[in-house]
Amino acid sequence: MVNALPASAAPAVSESAFVRRLLIGTSVLFLGTFLLVPLGCVFAAAFAQGVAAYAASFHDPDTLSAIRLTLLAAAIAVPCNLVFGVAAAWAIGKFEFFGKGFLIALIDLPFSISPVVAGLTYVLLFGSHGWFGPWLAAHNVQIIFAIPGIVLATIFVTFPFVARELLPTIAAQGNDEEEAALTLGANGWQTFMRVTLPNVKWALLYGVILCNARAMGEFGAVSVVSGHIRGLTNTMPLQIEVLYNDYQYVSAFAVASLLALLALATLVVKSVVEWRAAAIERPSA
Amino acid sequence: MKRLLTRAVLLASAALALTSGAHAAAQQPPATILNVSYDPPRELYDDYNTVFAKYWKAKTGQSVTVQQSNGGSGKQARAVIDGLQADVVTLALAYDIDAIAAKTGWIPRNWQSRLPNNSTPYTSTIVFLVHAGNPKHIRDWSDLVRPGISVITPNPKTSGGARWNFLAAWACALSKSGRNAGAARAFVTKLYKNVPVLDSGARGSTTTFVERGIGDVEIAWESDAMLAVEKLGPGRFQIVRPSLSILAEPPVALVDGVVDKKGTRRVAQAYLNYLYSPQGQEIIARHYFRPRLASVARRYSWQFPAIKMVTIAQFGGWNRAQQTYFADGGVFDQIYQPNQQ
Amino acid sequence: MPLFAAGLRRKSIIPGFGLTLGFTVCYLSLIVLLPLAATFVETSKIGWHEFWRIVTGPRAVAAYGLSFGASLIAAGMNFFLGTLVAWVLVRYQFPFKRILDSLVDLPFALPTAVAGIALTTIYAPNGLFGRPLAALGIHVAFTRLGIVVALTFIGLPFVVRTVQPVLEDLDRELEEAAASLGATRWKTFTRVLYPAIAPAAITGFALAFARGVGEYGSVIFIAGNMPMRTEIAPLLIVTKLEEYDYSGATAIATLMLLISFVLLLGINMLQRWSGGRGERDAPEEPLLTPAMGLSG
Repeated sequence: MVNALPASAAPAVSESAFVRRLLIGTSVLFLGTFLLVPLGCVFAAAFAQGVAAYAASFHDPDTLSAIRLTLLAAAIAVPCNLVFGVAAAWAIGKFEFFGKGFLIALIDLPFSISPVVAGLTYVLLFGSHGWFGPWLAAHNVQIIFAIPGIVLATIFVTFPFVARELLPTIAAQGNDEEEAALTLGANGWQTFMRVTLPNVKWALLYGVILCNARAMGEFGAVSVVSGHIRGLTNTMPLQIEVLYNDYQYVSAFAVASLLALLALATLVVKSVVEWRAAAIERPSA
Repeated sequence: MKRLLTRAVLLASAALALTSGAHAAAQQPPATILNVSYDPPRELYDDYNTVFAKYWKAKTGQSVTVQQSNGGSGKQARAVIDGLQADVVTLALAYDIDAIAAKTGWIPRNWQSRLPNNSTPYTSTIVFLVHAGNPKHIRDWSDLVRPGISVITPNPKTSGGARWNFLAAWACALSKSGRNAGAARAFVTKLYKNVPVLDSGARGSTTTFVERGIGDVEIAWESDAMLAVEKLGPGRFQIVRPSLSILAEPPVALVDGVVDKKGTRRVAQAYLNYLYSPQGQEIIARHYFRPRLASVARRYSWQFPAIKMVTIAQFGGWNRAQQTYFADGGVFDQIYQPNQQ
Repeated sequence: MPLFAAGLRRKSIIPGFGLTLGFTVCYLSLIVLLPLAATFVETSKIGWHEFWRIVTGPRAVAAYGLSFGASLIAAGMNFFLGTLVAWVLVRYQFPFKRILDSLVDLPFALPTAVAGIALTTIYAPNGLFGRPLAALGIHVAFTRLGIVVALTFIGLPFVVRTVQPVLEDLDRELEEAAASLGATRWKTFTRVLYPAIAPAAITGFALAFARGVGEYGSVIFIAGNMPMRTEIAPLLIVTKLEEYDYSGATAIATLMLLISFVLLLGINMLQRWSGGRGERDAPEEPLLTPAMGLSG
């Protein structure tokens, strides 16, 4: 099986079988120790006391409410960032304007900001002693330590995903097709829906998938603004921490395995998306 | 399994109470209160919340849901200061509640005198958790500084329990050296040299010690140590009580600013008062906290051997202790200067 | 180059510029800039001297040293091993290759706290890898090495995913020409292939580095959290917060924000430099998991 399909016919531009095996071996070893073993560890710990104990973990009402909250936060954060991503990619990809590089760097900022700092900034804004704290308290609006704060923190950490995935694709597409459609009398919205969107739909889907995975798995930022109220403001990653600290290791890893499954599902969908995109692009190329 | 069962029974009885009292509650809207607490009494309040809801329903006909939040004491106090709407706070040390009082004004400064026993319905102390059979022969504080002994304790900067640990060690060294502060400092410095991991909270430390197999001894809350023995390793671990420890008083307080806004003062106050009742004290003792009520304490005396204990008053109160030992640049920070490595 | 575009924007018949840019800027301001501004204003309240005193405190300096040092080593490991993995995945065929290829993205999708707990379980002295390593006298969990392991995991996809598309697009004729001119395989690699993939690999390195500096969730479980030794900078922020030292927390947060922004500007310049070698239309490679096969 190994090297059944040599990369190239000419021996001078390929490595010897020994080198090739060595390189493959090193890569597999590296990926195995760093990716497969941790993944396996999560499932092994989740099923350490059998399937029944695993299933019982999901009867805890607090765990169920954590799952619901995580789904809710993702259901709000992802569409918000989707709309933003499309708008940003359109503005940046289709037009030249002053300060574009700076704008891109700002959009990227949430990537490299420590999630803890992200959470802290919202506390400074909406906390009792924050900028809007007194006003919010006077009007009985609770942002942090409630669902809005969790949604905001989730939006922050997943902010650039869709925009960043779409941008290169929209930019690479050029403006010719859109200009043709507009000249033929289509309005802006029709042009976007009929011309641009079909061209970038795979990148869009990919961005949404990644955005969703990160939204459901965020820990640091949400931890700072959650308040950790059981059954109310604990998301799945926070619930894992709670269970872990309750010495309920099986339950903790059972919830973790759900998130790991989500990660795996994300990877499968992503592979399908890439495969479809490649299958569609090839004949036209 | 047994715990699960009791929990299920409690839940079922709570559900029964809810349905049977439904008519009486018609005129009283159901109340929701939030108890913001530190890590060790998780199981205690899990139990207590259900029992209290039942009691309150029977007494007033009002249904009450107690929401629970647990975490490191400092982190929880910080959340309340930043606006977490806690009706009551039940934290690891008075300093954290003082901080809420000072920074928000939602709790009056004299809060500690509003309830009996310095507002601490239960106490605990600091003990050692060691491997079964005590293979390293750890009997007292002086054994923790022996070369080659690995000690697990959390970070006093982030964990309330760790501060009690630190002060207990300090008190012991003081008493052994005839109240020589220099000797106490040298002892504690040596002790922390034997610590390989500083978890951010007490529960993290127990996980490190029990699950990760790191360390020969964990300095722990008595309640956490007893729970760990019950839950994680009967026959794997045992508790050693040192000759001298500290009386840990985890206080509770009503957050006036929140209850008055929410209109939950009556139920929140009752929630704290009921902790002092025989029923409340019974639950407290069952969850390995030392009860205040003599009658309950007597029944559980087999569980809580007497230890000689110092109190926080001997350190001049929490504000003094915090400034001296744990504040930025305090004794703990000095122990961790780079030249000390 | 867009900075020097003449006027505000180029004339175009494409509609929606005002709408989309307006929305982008508003949303960006509300979600990202406003909270960041709050951080800067809070920091400015404490004054320059106090700020300087906090951010240069010995514990803070040790924490940055650790965060940057460990990120640098982890990113370095990913630089070499990531390039190797990308090479293997593009050039060779072997069983389960597609599965391994998809798994490279796992660290993006797996919640960091889960990763942290799993890695700690594996590398603790009684863990799967921890036990044999401890027998050799190597301690991973609760040491600086553990932090490097966690950051290597977190940064793993970056180099692989930036190098992969470049390798796929690489013209094989160049290698053949080099070979026919008598170059050895190693020489072809160092003189022809490596210069072509280096910009992408450096970009991936920088991304992994930037991500590592701010990482929190996975590291706190495996680090020993000892002040001066295994305490990372984000943990120090949390610690300061829990001591009610808001000015200390915001001061260190501000410094880290500034560093993040400078790093990002640097990365964007790197990308423009490496992107300039490829398609001129798409100067910006997507930062995170470039959609290879999608854009390329």
